[in-house]
Amino acid sequence: MPKIVIDGQEIEVPDGTTVLQACEMAGKEIPRFCYHERLSVAGNCRMCLVEVSGIPKPMASCALSVNDLRPGPNGEPPQVFTDSEVTRKARQGVMEFLLINHPLDCPICDQGGECDLQDQAMGYGRGVSRFREPKRAVENRYISPLIKTVMTRCIKCTRCVRFIADVAGLGDLGAIGRGEDVEISTYLDAALDTELAGNIVDLCPVGALTNATYAFRARPWELTKTETIDAMDAMGCNIRVDAKFDRLMRILPRLHEDINEEWISDKTRHVWDGLQKRRLDTPWVRENGRLRPASWEEAFDRIAEAFPKDAPDKAAAIAGGLAAAEEAFALKRLMQALGVASVDCRPPHVPLGTAGGRAGWLFNATIAGIDQADAILFIGTNPRYDAAVLNTRIHRAWFDRDVPVALLGEKPDLFYDFNWLGDNPQVLLELAEGRHAFAEVLRKAERPLIILGMGALKRPDAATLWSAAARLAQSVEAVKEGWNGFSVLHVEAGLVGALEVGCLPDDGGRDTAAILDAAEQEELSFVWLLHADELDMTRLARPFVVYQGSHGDAGAQIADVILPGATYVEKDVTFVNMEGRPQMTSRAILPPGEAREDWAILRKAADVLGVDVGFDSLEALRKAMYETAPHLAAIDSITPADPAGIGEIARLGGAIDEAPLKAPIADFWLTNPIARASDIMQRMSALRKDRANAGDAPDGGNGGNGGTAAETTGREAAE
Amino acid sequence: MLSDKDRIFTNLYGLHDWRLAGALKRGVYDGVKGFIEKGRDWIIEEVKASGLRGRGGAGFPTGLKWSFMPKEVGERPHYLVVNADESEPGTCKDREILRHDPHRLIEGMILAGRAMLAHTAFIYFRGEFIHERKVFEAAVEEAYEAGILGRDTIFGWDFDIIVHHGAGAYICGEETALIESIEGKKGQPRLKPPFPANAGLYGCPTTVNNVESIASVGEILRRGGSWFASLGKPNNTGTKLFCISGHVEKPCVVEEEMGITFRELIETHAGGIRGGWDNLKAVIPGGSSVRCVPAEQIIDCPMTFDDLAKLGSGLGTAGIIVMDKSTDIIRAIARLAYFYKHESCGQCTPCREGTGWMWRMLERMAEGRAEKREIDLLFEVSKEIEGHTICALGDAAAWPVQGLINHFRDEIEARIDEYTARADAEGSMVKEMEKAAAG
Repeated sequence: MPKIVIDGQEIEVPDGTTVLQACEMAGKEIPRFCYHERLSVAGNCRMCLVEVSGIPKPMASCALSVNDLRPGPNGEPPQVFTDSEVTRKARQGVMEFLLINHPLDCPICDQGGECDLQDQAMGYGRGVSRFREPKRAVENRYISPLIKTVMTRCIKCTRCVRFIADVAGLGDLGAIGRGEDVEISTYLDAALDTELAGNIVDLCPVGALTNATYAFRARPWELTKTETIDAMDAMGCNIRVDAKFDRLMRILPRLHEDINEEWISDKTRHVWDGLQKRRLDTPWVRENGRLRPASWEEAFDRIAEAFPKDAPDKAAAIAGGLAAAEEAFALKRLMQALGVASVDCRPPHVPLGTAGGRAGWLFNATIAGIDQADAILFIGTNPRYDAAVLNTRIHRAWFDRDVPVALLGEKPDLFYDFNWLGDNPQVLLELAEGRHAFAEVLRKAERPLIILGMGALKRPDAATLWSAAARLAQSVEAVKEGWNGFSVLHVEAGLVGALEVGCLPDDGGRDTAAILDAAEQEELSFVWLLHADELDMTRLARPFVVYQGSHGDAGAQIADVILPGATYVEKDVTFVNMEGRPQMTSRAILPPGEAREDWAILRKAADVLGVDVGFDSLEALRKAMYETAPHLAAIDSITPADPAGIGEIARLGGAIDEAPLKAPIADFWLTNPIARASDIMQRMSALRKDRANAGDAPDGGNGGNGGTAAETTGREAAE
Repeated sequence: MLSDKDRIFTNLYGLHDWRLAGALKRGVYDGVKGFIEKGRDWIIEEVKASGLRGRGGAGFPTGLKWSFMPKEVGERPHYLVVNADESEPGTCKDREILRHDPHRLIEGMILAGRAMLAHTAFIYFRGEFIHERKVFEAAVEEAYEAGILGRDTIFGWDFDIIVHHGAGAYICGEETALIESIEGKKGQPRLKPPFPANAGLYGCPTTVNNVESIASVGEILRRGGSWFASLGKPNNTGTKLFCISGHVEKPCVVEEEMGITFRELIETHAGGIRGGWDNLKAVIPGGSSVRCVPAEQIIDCPMTFDDLAKLGSGLGTAGIIVMDKSTDIIRAIARLAYFYKHESCGQCTPCREGTGWMWRMLERMAEGRAEKREIDLLFEVSKEIEGHTICALGDAAAWPVQGLINHFRDEIEARIDEYTARADAEGSMVKEMEKAAAG
């Protein structure tokens, strides 16, 4: 533990601490541009120069380890001066150099008000420019349709380059040219083929990379910032939603070390326009085969008429992937009160919850636990699309620690080396029985991680695969004291929460697959869909369908009554992520028009249908929910599941189909009604398809038009 | 003057055969087997005793540098890297060694490899050194055939030489940029620490040496460190190749004893200053990266690292650029500023932005199209670059400018006055013409 004296204050720091970190520990602010805690050290901006005793030149504190400093002649600890003449002069000089070729176009720059260059120029620069020469101008580059580039503003800190290389895992972004002519660019202006590109906008300390879909829409000081939780995948990424009056403007990541660190996927970030498009803002009822707007009373009257009071077994309810825990619980309560046993929250065939309890459906290893795993097997998942941010941890495990990774299922494109075990599900049996080479790798590992994806769990033989994966986990000792490597990778934000609150069929009730069968056979006359759109709706053509949700998507098309609900940014609800971590969203804006929070709609339905659900307020609902699932009350903490359940699953057995394992998500950009309503997501999906059709040609055809295409995306989305 | 018997580079001018047979006649490879058997410590001690200072410009003691390498080979192999990226303006000494005495370099590489326990050496050629590379490659081939290189060599030290040809970037002469370039990356200097002796090429312990330093080693060991130390002045020992260019009667590369005065060096080897000693204006004594020295200060200065440092300049690579009174010194330094602006790698801020700024200001000053207070600004900008960058290119870009301002400020001011007067005259002429036209 070396000692260091910072501005006269002696502190002891852990080995390997850099001078910059030590200064922060001592409460001294060190300005920086290129340094970022989560990226490799570049040391190129020179803004963090400090004077160090015994060294004639000021040193870059970000790259200087305290251990490398020599003590004084009598063994006194090295001294650092963060506010000396030398330090101040050095910073002032660097600041001046950064500004001479910067366009200083702050009034028309979207970074204005949240710009490191602005802030640090105020704090450390000199007041006036002494530069009389013509300024450098740099042509804009096309790097992604979602990123607007104004490269003249770039200060070449290379944070974006290092993020794309170190975190996203692509080698596509780099600095070309030399000296003054250095430019950040992809090869031949190709678009970055990653779902995480938006993060480089956050990393950019200046306005060189800005959010194309937010261009010229607002100033940061006009925005109402709401800290909430994302629902675009099952990770529960922490986000901040920025709104101007009642309009959503943008979505940014928030720090959560154990979930998303400080990254979010481009879908999470750019889906904001979808939250405000194709919204259901009034109830609708179907009349003579056509839907027409109606009042809440009329809609509820229709429901009361249609509900088979005397034969509740002819009714069913399905909660979808965007339903929050409270809502799934309220739906289950309502249906219980009505005597309806056929309630489910799972996509067809998903066996989760039929055996083994919570251990069967959770990502037991936890997301942060990936950093400890030393061998990883994916089954029926494409982590790049299923959980783009989680995939960065896998990349890091591979990159930093050479962790062996294998994948059984449809072959993805992952930016790290992995052993592809084919897509034949029989291989899972071979693995479980130890007849496969990779089983040996898992067995030798201290903390093997087996990640079972929805691609394996949505098949008719899902229970068998689930059971085989559990057997594999047992045979390679993935489940033991202090480590549970049996992990389910979810793709829908609401499913784990719904499972936790028991939104499952009662005895004698039908599961989702059976509900769809029964609806086709006309054994059902009434189906209630709660935010459920990812079903084959043609099979629900016969019964009376109540669709409760936010968007005019698949469910609304076939509904007889539409009840407009709220999206995740319009309500205070609980989403439980794949690890079983309950997190609360906060309302950023109000639901549009007549739309209401979903729990209140279900509560009202109870009145209309003449039953008592036992709660009158959201607080009472939550209280009842915590009685059912007490661990959900511990917000933002994980209650580990009893691993004994995995043994129970392992004993299920069964036969495996021949059908190859598919990836759960076919189109990353269009996985739910909100994303499908988003023009930005639709455009991204179209671009990816074009790209796939054109071989590997860059998005948008060529770089020259690329910038315009990006701007068009933003502009149209804004309208 | 250095006597012929004390010369190391006996085929500097290519008068004799450069091939193995010729080299053997000149005594190259003599006694190498014995030196290798004497071992690492003996070689390092001899080189330390010789007082050899690195010939690449910085003048860091070579023996000391070698002693920084780990004493035993650990998990990672040790590497010797020879820097043949000689691109310093005014410097052309390594070129002569590579062309005419490649085996002397190979010999030095083997001995240096023994001293730092390296079995592999890389040599990085400047992009423009195509002929030199071909000669050196031919010599390496001869050496492999003769059992000098490869496995089970006649000297008993397994040794391989890998030739790497650069693409012509000045910055790749910086040792860590050179390492990056060999690794196939963009030639940008690395942050230090870690120093190459700990983590250099491919993360392995590495020492980067100049061609001339390495090529001197064989002769130093043959004649003993004390012989080398007996030449020159204390702390500035031995012989050195001087590259004399510019306004002298006979520009040349010559091996001379360290500490020879500038006057003697020029009189003896370069045929004197063009137009006589009174016509001398200034000298850049160590390649373009050092501050220039005005005539009266340098004429009787001994050519050593320390004496030139006292003048605020340096011996650098001993690329002596002589400028007589016909030289437009402001334009000359502006041209150097352009060179550094062009060769800056662009990685770190002060050098990337500052070199261009300095060049633009100097271009205007060369015309006189500037304000006098900008001279102070220029000096301050050079001080803001100096010492604030990752590598020494920032310093190298700043020093020539500082030398100009320190010694020739009056000339810049005169140029500005001249331009202003001319502009005023032209302005009044225009006014008169306008008046005439109106009248």
